[in-house]
Amino acid sequence: MPVTNDPVDVLIIGAGASGAAVAWSLAETRMRIVCLEQGDWQQSSRYPSTGRDWEARQAEDYAIHPNRRAMPADYPVNDDDSPIKIANFNGVGGGTILYAGHFPRMHPSDFRVRSLDGVADDWPIDYATLEPYYALNDRMMGIAALEGDPAYPPKEAVMPPMPLGSTGEMLGRAMNELGWHWWPSDSAITSRDYEGRAACINLGHCGHGCAQGAKASTDVTYWQEAMRARVEVRTKCRVSRIETNDDGMATGAWYFDGDGREVFQPAEIVIMACNGIGTPRILLNSASERFPNGLGNSSGQVGRNLMFHPYALVRGRFDRPLDGYRGSRVFMWSMEFYETDPARDFLRGYCYQFTRGNAPATTALNGLGDGLLPWGEGHHAAFRRLFDHQAGMIAICEDLPEEINRVTLDPSLKDANGIPAPKITYRLSENSQKMLDHSVARGVDILTRAGAKDIITRSPLPYAGWHLMGTARMGNDPRTSVVNAWGRSHDVKNLFIVDGSVFVTSGGVNPTSTIQAIALHVADQIKTRIHDLFD
Amino acid sequence: MTSSTETINDGWGPALSDGERLCLRCVAGAMIPASAVLGMPGADDPAIMADMASSVKRDRPALARLLRGIDEAAGGRLADLDAVAASALLDRLRAADPAGFAVAEAVIARAYYRDDRVLMAIGMEPRPPFPKGFRVDEGDWSLLDPVRDRGPIWRASE
Ligand SMILES: Cc1cc2nc3c(=O)[nH]c(=O)nc-3n(C[C@H](O)[C@H](O)[C@H](O)COP(=O)(O)OP(=O)(O)OC[C@H]3O[C@@H](n4cnc5c(N)ncnc54)[C@H](O)[C@@H]3O)c2cc1C
Ligand code: SF4
Repeated sequence: MPVTNDPVDVLIIGAGASGAAVAWSLAETRMRIVCLEQGDWQQSSRYPSTGRDWEARQAEDYAIHPNRRAMPADYPVNDDDSPIKIANFNGVGGGTILYAGHFPRMHPSDFRVRSLDGVADDWPIDYATLEPYYALNDRMMGIAALEGDPAYPPKEAVMPPMPLGSTGEMLGRAMNELGWHWWPSDSAITSRDYEGRAACINLGHCGHGCAQGAKASTDVTYWQEAMRARVEVRTKCRVSRIETNDDGMATGAWYFDGDGREVFQPAEIVIMACNGIGTPRILLNSASERFPNGLGNSSGQVGRNLMFHPYALVRGRFDRPLDGYRGSRVFMWSMEFYETDPARDFLRGYCYQFTRGNAPATTALNGLGDGLLPWGEGHHAAFRRLFDHQAGMIAICEDLPEEINRVTLDPSLKDANGIPAPKITYRLSENSQKMLDHSVARGVDILTRAGAKDIITRSPLPYAGWHLMGTARMGNDPRTSVVNAWGRSHDVKNLFIVDGSVFVTSGGVNPTSTIQAIALHVADQIKTRIHDLFD
Repeated sequence: MTSSTETINDGWGPALSDGERLCLRCVAGAMIPASAVLGMPGADDPAIMADMASSVKRDRPALARLLRGIDEAAGGRLADLDAVAASALLDRLRAADPAGFAVAEAVIARAYYRDDRVLMAIGMEPRPPFPKGFRVDEGDWSLLDPVRDRGPIWRASE
């Protein structure tokens, strides 16, 4: 027998990067706000870096792929039909539990792709709209950065940047010799003690949960403040669908609680924050007689235009010892090839995120995969050549939206509660492939200039589907977009979307800074328009 | 040793059988042999093997499959072949099934490179990263001067 809870004013679904930001911002309204999250709170004492078996544990409960983790919080994803596989984390904090914390903003040109380059679409908002929210989000998350980056309009730094280390110095010198842009990365990591969070101690584990609490996962940032302001986070609650009434308004959501009971949570406003895969999945699963193609999908765009950011990797070996496994994963970027250049055979561009070396087992596994580390006699000598002597970069390429790249509901695969799993259909475009090739060639130039040997390249990185965007795009025209310029569904006037689904284009930078800026923007719009929100 | 009928209640299938462990030991020894010169144990060292067999979780089913396949290709037990024949067989099988062997490599490397003796031999302190952390030098920020001097490179959108 399904249970019905007391109604709330605002129901947020998903407690990740965007759900946390929107909850915190709306908390000041004193509305009754509940967030349903399918996962749980994380205990930092369980993070891999606290144990001697840290490298093994990174591939177990804190593995980045949901199909590998297969924890109770996870839902399966059918990504067989995609060269790029999905990575995420399901729990309070969402993907920010595992993210590296590379925190670039999108650039002003990213919001005007059609006007500037004749491809995809312009956003209905621009950099100036988001600028105050980027700045607010930087303060809330505690972003380490250096002011004055010539690749961006001026922006304030909350605290000093992460150290360059010997790797950053060496690569910076090579970039200077080539005359190419580089800068310390905006990093969602505290370089100093900040708002109750201790400074980074260079564990190098940012990608598998930060035991120090230095990395800005939203469980230690926004959620702490939102809960103090009485927002309720209800964990182990997996939403299956959104319910609507005869007026075409959302009335709340059905979910399965931790005991597998089906519960209805009535709400005045429903906000989706389940990420670029989870949100279209629930909207499509909310199909009804009133909304036969899925909720908010009169445009047919729900689930379409999935964008990932195809990644390339370039790694080299150096004669001198470098930082190796010590230090945060993020420290330095290059925007040299970010903006469109008519001289190239592709449109748009990419950024580089430079990388240090790896811990010993990962060094060995990379070496084996790269053909640089043999079995048998030669193993030890070859290992010593690689360990603490590698560095390189990954390229984050702008992925342009294409309707054929999409999320649908898998006809047979289901999660533990019987909710259909998402199915990913994705192919790499010619533009992306050319961009990847360019990024690999220039990456090799950089490492060669820095003196590298044994340069290895990988493109596209198959296990790098961690940026999930575009599947409920924003736009002014209800025929071609799912939500308006302030995140409200064109079809369902009390349904909002704040996660990466709303991206019109992907930019060529990691998305979370922009995802959260959008969530804060949408929250402000809700607050400002509260009296005529549903008109 | 654990018998083939033992199950581990971690949700990742039965424990490795005696035969599978024996085969894994041969594979580990072939992959990372001991080095007397460097004072390093091989990956087939008993303590490393015990740690490896007791900690493998999600990879256990795929690993067990691979090990059974190796023994079968050896005509019974890999352990019964002499070192030269075993090494030649493993080379051939690895070339034919790199993905399958990648599982074994991952399991072996993750257990090997956390052994105290190994870590000290490669210059690491045998401890978890947290809570002591590591030191990374600040670096020379004046290296950014030429980047600043070249001026803005972002593209105006209006
Ligand atoms: C390994 C890795 C590295 C990354 N590195 C970076 C980086 O360096 N920089 C960067 O900008 N980004 C990075 N990312 C991406 C970043 O994590 C995401 O962009 C960000 O978390 C997305 O925010 P979101 O709010 O859209 O969704 P998420 O943070 O994914 O949150 C969605 C939440 O919704 C919950 N949910 C989903 N469906 C349901 C349901 N049906 N019912 C209840 N709850 C549900 C999920 O459990 C999850 O907690 C990385 C991601 C990974 C996995
Ligand atoms: S390097 Fe810093 S941010 Fe990353 S895990 Fe360690 S303490 Fe946390």
